[in-house]
Amino acid sequence: MTSNSQTLLGCLRHLFLREILVAARNQQALVNPLIFFSIVIILFPLGISPEPSFLKTASVGLIWVSALLAMMLSLDNLFQRDFDNGTLEQLLMSGQPLYLIILTKVLVHWLLTGLPLVLISPLFAVMLHIDAEHLSVMLLTLIIGTPVITLVGGIGAALTVSLRSGGILVSLLVLPLTIPVLIFGSGTVQAYMDGLAISGHLAIMGMLLALSLTLAPFAIAEALKMSVSN
Amino acid sequence: MGHVLLKLDDLSCERDDRALFSGLNFNCLSGDIIQVEGPNGSGKTTLLRILSGLYQNYEGQVIWNEQSISSQLSTYQSELLMIGHKSPIRTDLSAIENLRFLIGIKQRVEDQKLFSALEKVGLYGYEDTLCRNLSAGQQRRVNLARMYISSSKLWILDEVFTAIDKSGVVQFESLLAKKSLEGVTIILTTHHQLAIDSRKLSLGFAGQRAQS
Repeated sequence: MTSNSQTLLGCLRHLFLREILVAARNQQALVNPLIFFSIVIILFPLGISPEPSFLKTASVGLIWVSALLAMMLSLDNLFQRDFDNGTLEQLLMSGQPLYLIILTKVLVHWLLTGLPLVLISPLFAVMLHIDAEHLSVMLLTLIIGTPVITLVGGIGAALTVSLRSGGILVSLLVLPLTIPVLIFGSGTVQAYMDGLAISGHLAIMGMLLALSLTLAPFAIAEALKMSVSN
Repeated sequence: MGHVLLKLDDLSCERDDRALFSGLNFNCLSGDIIQVEGPNGSGKTTLLRILSGLYQNYEGQVIWNEQSISSQLSTYQSELLMIGHKSPIRTDLSAIENLRFLIGIKQRVEDQKLFSALEKVGLYGYEDTLCRNLSAGQQRRVNLARMYISSSKLWILDEVFTAIDKSGVVQFESLLAKKSLEGVTIILTTHHQLAIDSRKLSLGFAGQRAQS
């Protein structure tokens, strides 16, 4: 071992700072999912019905579906450019545990795409007549659910990164896997609105998050190794 | 001469039903400069990717520290400087930001050294310029500045002199010669005529059909 080889934390810190910096220079890519999310939600009442009682029942599902689709759209940015210019190779050869490198990269991506969606959603919740007391539960499910979408989506992005036109394929691969998150995400809020206990729902969502946090980075790492070796 | 750092043991590789090379045996001693030669498509890049641990689909073994590299991949890779023919340069980051990241994931280094490395590759004054505003050769120089900082003992360089001007090539060659005297083993491919002493590893079976 050479004396000045990088520590694990040092390596992750450099990666984290660089990802933030890249995002800061590409603000368009950050804003796109938010705009998509907003447009879908704004058009929905216009296209179907602005009736408050109808919106109340449809709203949570609408917010969840829009968030899911908006996050799908942003997955292309996750690995593509770093794969094309060879940065990914260098990361894979850093000698540090790939699990943590991938986890850092994916979590930064969530911080920059998923979290803003969660933060902006109360605004639309008010617009769609969701009661204040239900809002906190909706936020909770979004906070738990959106990282799962990024992590699972990352597997799809990693598998298709070496293909020329992976875009639609990623959605086809990943959407079925994210359906449980969607069902339990909006189901939790629905149950709460109906006055039912939601601890079971939340436990299942927590399980999904725990599973994807522990397993998805391994799958992503293997998929990337495979893509890079071609 | 130094001890055997890397040993290619009966290495064979096939791609798309073509045998790129087979039964390749070679000892890389410490301090060697090894130029992998061969026509286009003879498997030079594939060989270098095998030696970097990026490509696993081969037969035979690459021995490092008396063990196959595939059994100690992350330790091996952490001691390796690999510069591929793609430049891992983000065009929306500045020269210094790119270099800081590329070095930072591998080794600890003060900013002072990063700046002086950029100066040595002729990018003094361009440190904070976004790489999209640099020429192709300058972007490549940002990537090659890693050679002035790296403390790795094994360098694998794939066509790194592409887009570098003549005086630049001379300068990088003298760096290679100096590093080799310090015991760094360098394995490279290039279509330039190397002015420094090097051992040759020839691959020449391009296009041969594999026996099936």
